[in-house]
Amino acid sequence: MLPEIGQFLMVLAFCLAVLQSILPLLGAQRGQLSWMRMAPNLAWAQFVALAFAYGLLTYAFIYHDFSVAYAASNSSINLPIEYRISAVWGGHEGSLLLWILILAGWGVAVASFSNNLPVAMSSRVLAVMGMVSVGFIGFMTFTSNPFDRLMMVPLDGNDLNPMLQDPGMIFHPPLLYMGYVGFAVAFAFAMAALIGGRLDASWARWSRPWTTVAWVFLTLGIALGSWWAYAELGWGGWWFWDPVENASFMPWLLATALIHSLAVTEKRGAFRSWTVMLAILTFALTIVGAFLVRSGVITSVHAFATDPTRGIYILVFLAVVIGASLILYAWRAPKVGMGGGFSSWSRETVLLANNVLLVVACSAVFIGTMYPLIIDALGMGKMSVGPPYFNAVFVPLMIPLLIMMIIGPLVSWKNATFKGSFERLYPVLAVGLLAAVVWPLTMGEWGLIPAVMIFIATGIVGAFIVDLLPRIKAPDLSGRIAKMKKLNTSWLGMHVAHVGMAITIIGMAMAASYQTEKDVRVAPGDVVELAGYSFTFEGVQQVRGANYSSLYGTVEVREDGKLLTTLHPEKRTYDKHMSMPMTQASIDRSVFRDLYVSLGDSVGTTGAWIIRVYYKPFMTWLWTGVIIMSVGGILAISDRRYRVKIKRRLTGRKEENQVVVD
Amino acid sequence: MKPRSKRFVLIGTIIVAFGLAVMLVLNAFQENLVFFHTPTEVKERTVAYDRQIRIGGLVEKGTFKREEETTTVTFNVTDGDSSILVSYTGILPDLFREGQGIVAEGKLLTSGVFVASHVFAKHDETYMPPEAAEALKRVEEKAEAENSVQNLMKSVEKGE
Repeated sequence: MLPEIGQFLMVLAFCLAVLQSILPLLGAQRGQLSWMRMAPNLAWAQFVALAFAYGLLTYAFIYHDFSVAYAASNSSINLPIEYRISAVWGGHEGSLLLWILILAGWGVAVASFSNNLPVAMSSRVLAVMGMVSVGFIGFMTFTSNPFDRLMMVPLDGNDLNPMLQDPGMIFHPPLLYMGYVGFAVAFAFAMAALIGGRLDASWARWSRPWTTVAWVFLTLGIALGSWWAYAELGWGGWWFWDPVENASFMPWLLATALIHSLAVTEKRGAFRSWTVMLAILTFALTIVGAFLVRSGVITSVHAFATDPTRGIYILVFLAVVIGASLILYAWRAPKVGMGGGFSSWSRETVLLANNVLLVVACSAVFIGTMYPLIIDALGMGKMSVGPPYFNAVFVPLMIPLLIMMIIGPLVSWKNATFKGSFERLYPVLAVGLLAAVVWPLTMGEWGLIPAVMIFIATGIVGAFIVDLLPRIKAPDLSGRIAKMKKLNTSWLGMHVAHVGMAITIIGMAMAASYQTEKDVRVAPGDVVELAGYSFTFEGVQQVRGANYSSLYGTVEVREDGKLLTTLHPEKRTYDKHMSMPMTQASIDRSVFRDLYVSLGDSVGTTGAWIIRVYYKPFMTWLWTGVIIMSVGGILAISDRRYRVKIKRRLTGRKEENQVVVD
Repeated sequence: MKPRSKRFVLIGTIIVAFGLAVMLVLNAFQENLVFFHTPTEVKERTVAYDRQIRIGGLVEKGTFKREEETTTVTFNVTDGDSSILVSYTGILPDLFREGQGIVAEGKLLTSGVFVASHVFAKHDETYMPPEAAEALKRVEEKAEAENSVQNLMKSVEKGE
């Protein structure tokens, strides 16, 4: 009975979404306040219906209702509770339900925090979000119903894919979806502005925090996926340029361009049409991502069961979204003007270059990802585009972009001089050069790539310091602290995010340039020497887990004869997936290096194994930098100006109108 | 500068940037596109010896050998028609075993041995690497085509 209620709730949510996409929009066009006022209520109703439906599906997983086909194929009696809950998003249908629930959640958030928006604007935004909901809920109800029943109820389920039985599974998909779906909000704001013909600085100011929040989630989601692949797959890599990774990375690149171009639109009123275009394309790329993952055109751990009708549905949806938004764009965008002028050297030009590079980089990734798929679809043969292509194209495009991160924050808006921009940077560049010469030498061998990256990273941090110092200039310490507290958080957020990026690129460059690895055959008692550490292989035991048995290795790591840590790389075999062993690497992390051991194959009869040992310098910096980037994003949106109007509104209606006008 | 000439400079810069990017992409494509060949194609045609290619098929039963004291393994990859000796040094993927579909990326030596730098197996039980599936399919199709030609010949002979 409960699954049928779930199904009913989905249909109900679909109908509510249809209403949400029509009524508020009509109301806004015809100036009928009562119709517009329905938008938040419809958004809430849709969210509640979907939340209940989601709860019912989770209930089926927790209490082992294997009459639900989706639960039967993704859960089992012995699956631990945390994985039963996260198994709900372990397959296509459930993850789509989570996606839709999160979309509705963003809708509710927009409805709740849009009191400072003109009601026509917020109604249009919610109407567009309703349309997006219609598309996705329709996708689920018509092609992928998670509540489908089985005629023959199995005694036990098929269990969750062993690869997904990892703590990463609990956080990676929800965070990533929060990011993906969040760009629907940026898209909805852009569409609403086009419909209303009000594409101005205040539109950018409303849309900016939403875009930044979505960007923060996407950043964390991608990083967590990368962190998971690093620990789980046992290959020691953290990025493989796999089509699914690219599917999330392409919107990230465009979203990064979007948050920068929104800055120009908000501050200077320029780049308006371009910003709208970026918002459209970013959202379109999230649907392309959904297509790559859910249509079965690619095969990977992310690819859900292949069903051609799903691919066709998403392609049609994509065509409708792109077609409709581009028609609206062509019809409306020219009317909204080009914005303020700027000279050929100004913050605007730097940000324009940033945008061009990010879009070009995104296109290069797009070509590399789609080309083999298209060639294959046309029956013109099979080929692959591997990491060498992406590295050869991506790195040369990123270096000028990263260099601009040093100079950009110090260039003034509208009209700047080279002298004024660079003057303060001379000491920074000198320190950067020194670091570029010395730091790589401490790693054993000087190399060009790490030197360039160190120069850039030092420069970014230095630019923050020289930009900060004059702002906190005061005669005494308490004066400085007082000034520090008053710093503009939006400015601070930008710098913090940039510093995070600097830390991440040091991690990337160092790990890529100075990692050492060994694949060796070891018998119990054998010692492997690597990068000054000695790894003693103590052998492998059989250990039993909740729903798997494990070959549990023991490796003692010593530095200068002193025991540093004991690592336990594993090979697990899950009861329901006997033919699918899983490698579980074991990692000792510290500030300056990761030591990484994974088990290969057992050889011979004497207990010998092939093991892989890695020394990876500065890996922790990579993940830490990403967290700092996200903190920067959060700082940026906590700026007073995004909240100030809510406070003013409380003081009286009259003022609200004034604010809306300015 | 006048606003108009400024716009020209701006657009010119963007076009140059895009042009450079296109060159980068084409160049990287030319060097790094990895083409896929079936073992039969490798045997029949002259496949480039100096570039990275992929081959796919099943690991032939009874051909897997591990060298003493090193991590090098050798095995045959077959599409049912022809097979190629593959040599690989390193850790094999979890799901590698005889009789399974795999894809190997590497270079073909003039001696006919394929030295793999990467070996890919399927990610889970339900999926075969697409290239491996393709290799088997191509052999099947070829067999079917040959059959139909033979049938045609037979019927022509009978017709006489």
